[in-house]
Amino acid sequence: MIDRRNAVYCALLLALTALADEEDYSMARAAMVDEVKFYAALARDSGEEALNDDVMQSLGTVERHNFVASDQRRFAYENRPIPIGHGQTISQPYIVALMTDLIEPERDFVVLEIGTGSGYQAAILANLVTHVFSIEIIEALADEAKTRLARLGYDNVTTKLGDGYYGWEKHAPFDAIIVSAAASHVPPPLIRQLKPGGRMIIPVGGRFMTQQLLLLEKTDDGEVITRQIAAVRFVPLTRGR
Amino acid sequence: MRRLLLAILLISTAAIAYEILLMRMLSIVQWHHFAYMIISLALLGYGASGTFIAINKRLLQSRFELFFSVSALLFSATMVMCYVVGQRVPFNALEIVWNSRQILYLAIMYLVFFVPFFFAACCIGLAFTCRRSHISRIYFFDLLGAGIGAMLVVGSLFLLSPQNTLIMLAIVAMLASALMGFMSTARKPLMAMQLLCLVTLLFGLPQDWLDMRISEYKGLNQAMQVVGSNVLMVSSSPLGLLTVVESPRIPFRYAPGLSFNTSFEPPEQLAVFVDGDSMTTITRYEGNLDALGYMGDVTAALPYALLDAPRVLILGAGGGTDVLLALYNGAGSVDAVELNPQITGLVTNTYAEFAGHLYDDERVTVHTREARGFVAQSTDQYDLIQVALLDSFAASGSGVQALNENYLYTVEAIQEYLEHTRPGGMLAITRWLKLPPRDNLKLVATVLEALRKMGIAEPGRRLAMIRSWNTSTLLVKQGVFSVDDTTVIREFAASHSFDTAFYPSMPAHAANRFNLLDQPYLYDGVTKLLGDDADDFVERYKFHIAPATDDKPYFFHFFKWSTLPEVMALRKRGGASLIEWSYLILIATIIQAAVAGVFLILLPLSLIKRSWPAGTGTRMGSYFFLLGLAFLFIEIAFIQKFILFLSHPLYSIAVVLSGFLIFAGFGSAYSGKLAHRVEQSDRSPVTIAVVGISAIAVLYMALLPTLFQQLMGLADSFKIVLSVFLIAPLAFFMGMPFPIGLNRVANTAPDFIPLAWGINGFASVMSASLATLLAIEFGFTAVVLFALGLYAIAAVIIHD
Repeated sequence: MIDRRNAVYCALLLALTALADEEDYSMARAAMVDEVKFYAALARDSGEEALNDDVMQSLGTVERHNFVASDQRRFAYENRPIPIGHGQTISQPYIVALMTDLIEPERDFVVLEIGTGSGYQAAILANLVTHVFSIEIIEALADEAKTRLARLGYDNVTTKLGDGYYGWEKHAPFDAIIVSAAASHVPPPLIRQLKPGGRMIIPVGGRFMTQQLLLLEKTDDGEVITRQIAAVRFVPLTRGR
Repeated sequence: MRRLLLAILLISTAAIAYEILLMRMLSIVQWHHFAYMIISLALLGYGASGTFIAINKRLLQSRFELFFSVSALLFSATMVMCYVVGQRVPFNALEIVWNSRQILYLAIMYLVFFVPFFFAACCIGLAFTCRRSHISRIYFFDLLGAGIGAMLVVGSLFLLSPQNTLIMLAIVAMLASALMGFMSTARKPLMAMQLLCLVTLLFGLPQDWLDMRISEYKGLNQAMQVVGSNVLMVSSSPLGLLTVVESPRIPFRYAPGLSFNTSFEPPEQLAVFVDGDSMTTITRYEGNLDALGYMGDVTAALPYALLDAPRVLILGAGGGTDVLLALYNGAGSVDAVELNPQITGLVTNTYAEFAGHLYDDERVTVHTREARGFVAQSTDQYDLIQVALLDSFAASGSGVQALNENYLYTVEAIQEYLEHTRPGGMLAITRWLKLPPRDNLKLVATVLEALRKMGIAEPGRRLAMIRSWNTSTLLVKQGVFSVDDTTVIREFAASHSFDTAFYPSMPAHAANRFNLLDQPYLYDGVTKLLGDDADDFVERYKFHIAPATDDKPYFFHFFKWSTLPEVMALRKRGGASLIEWSYLILIATIIQAAVAGVFLILLPLSLIKRSWPAGTGTRMGSYFFLLGLAFLFIEIAFIQKFILFLSHPLYSIAVVLSGFLIFAGFGSAYSGKLAHRVEQSDRSPVTIAVVGISAIAVLYMALLPTLFQQLMGLADSFKIVLSVFLIAPLAFFMGMPFPIGLNRVANTAPDFIPLAWGINGFASVMSASLATLLAIEFGFTAVVLFALGLYAIAAVIIHD
């Protein structure tokens, strides 16, 4: 009898702890969103546009702590990249927000992601668009992300293990493409799978340091123009004396 | 005494070899600059040993042989143990900017690698303290051993894996322990422990413990995560650990600067990683150049649009990508220069079939040489000299190369390239494009300085540059670009959706058409560098883009203190890549070493009861500190001066380092006689030595550049012998001040000996980092002059 009572107490305690944890996480998440907004506002003061409200809302909804390993959870809502194993990271929230904002997501969009990673970027997109197709080249990550996204209820995300170079012909063309994996060049097949008027975004730099973002736009007549977007406004010349 | 001297020789051999080996191994598992930082701090073990001996002198003196033998045994055991433990510290260098816990892990790494150096230094320090009538001889064998160690480790890395070299060095230290243990009172238990340790070293270490755990963020491990990838072979040499990887399911498709418009795809490639990073590729080639269509659609193909069947020289041929580029684009003949014989071996032997016997092609000649040395010796003229893009974008972008000397991109190098270019021919250099630009503009500044030195009146008429979204290709013509040339450049760029960044008479509006930047940084930058206010522009630019020279060969150093507060504030907004980390790490290393030195050496020493005459501590402490700094300053500066002459960084380090240490050893052996000879006169033996050092160093600085230029064409073996002869007299004099000072201390304040050893060791630790800092800021000539100043002050201190 005593044992059973103890078991009930333990279960209650665990449930309460979990609830308290969830509350802590949602406060931390709100603080993270505020931080990203703060930095975006700083960027706006120096001439850049503010981040889209829907993007910020999605950032405030997706439970980033569910996309990192348990020993990294306490860092989940810090504005920084976090290792997810296999030499990969979950990107800095500020960069995720900026990249998502740059593809100008709309409700009816079908988006292709190259490099599923933890699935966090796909989850952010899933709140904003009709469907996300995501390809991962690392088997373990692909399996984990698939299970995780299904468990968290992101049923408008479809993932697969495979070569991202050729995109996903079956579901092409896409309104937008996000390439999270590093590449020495932009795969031409991906450009072909982008709808006229569509946008592709590629972060450039190392795993822990995004250097700049490459925004590729395909005009209505199929011409390709790219823009290098610095994550942060920085004028390389001091004022003349 | 013979046993002791032999034991000293063995310990010194193992210690310096271990230091060099650890630098290699940590550069493989981490990155070079962190390896440098960890070893620098670990060497404080030398300083701390002095403190330890001073505090426990009585006890240690009473059973000298036993404690020497135990120290040597512990050195042997901890060499391997600390390597195994150090590998298990979850330190991630790349995360240090984000996660403060990484600093704790880094500190643990320091502590772990501190231990073996502490025990090695205890052996030498004990010998100085307990056998003070033989100081000069002990120092001779210490230096001789170090000289042998430097050569031994380089030779051994050609034959053995780094792990087996480690075991071998542990056995060398064990022999020293056995030699001294034989004379100790506790001979039997010592022998049992030595035997146990030996058996464990030879048979008892699981392979898993010894395997190098390369950072998962290095290119090799990133490639190995990809589904279906396999390691085909691993080969090791002092030049690097080579790993060949295939990825049949998801091909590598490495093609920097490939146009969006291309309809071609790179064929199958094998990736070759050096030290787990720096990827070069071997491309499948079956003799059909049409299969390489993508090679016409990269920015590096531009010079071939301007030249007809050129004679090409490729500097940094790697796995042959640029050779294929040349052949695809119609080169008449190709001379391909590659430093690492292992890499050429892959293309000529191991994967010759895969590479389509590329290096056997009758149009191709491969030269396994250092690029600058090859150009300096060559009497040939080329239509095109192409400097290949060999560093990875990640390395280039994260500022990890700033501390690496690079002689490919200096004013003198550019002059030499252009002197080997035929009229109408050109030099082509492709670099990664970083924003805001750093190396791209520094390269232009360096080229312009070279052209000005060559007396070219209008250098801007000889430059052209195009850019893709991630690469830029700069052309420097031997002659001026004609209107027809600029038409070809414009058409090539437009047809590939590349932007023109600069060509003579280029209108500003043509600079930003396909790949839009918020400012046309390159066009603006090149225009400013060509203008009257170029110096003002370089000064006002927030990164260091002043030309690199052979005296300051730090092409990848872009750091400016004035920019630091701004970029640190931008860190969390995605501005982390604007920070040039390795320079900051160098500064942090110096500060940490100084702070650690105070806690490990000066603070404990201040608590020791002093038994020496007043003033000895400050005076002799300063003397040994100055010697520690000055010796390494000169040694490091001359290693750099000889690199270009010996055409190989490895030869230079092995020959110069060993030469310095061995001949300094002879100087040390002679110092006793010198002191005896001048005993009756007014002259100080240290002053004589310092005058000798200064005269020779100044003479060398004046003569060596011309001498090296004249003798560049000699055979390598002859150049090595000549180098040793040149180093010998300088090193001979440099070996004297330390033992003369130590003998003086032995006569007047014997209790100060361990402290002198410790302080000298501490200064040596500071010296390596300080020399790099001084060279970056003022050049290697200044490092030598600074060292001479330190020697002069030391001479005055001891004379008084």
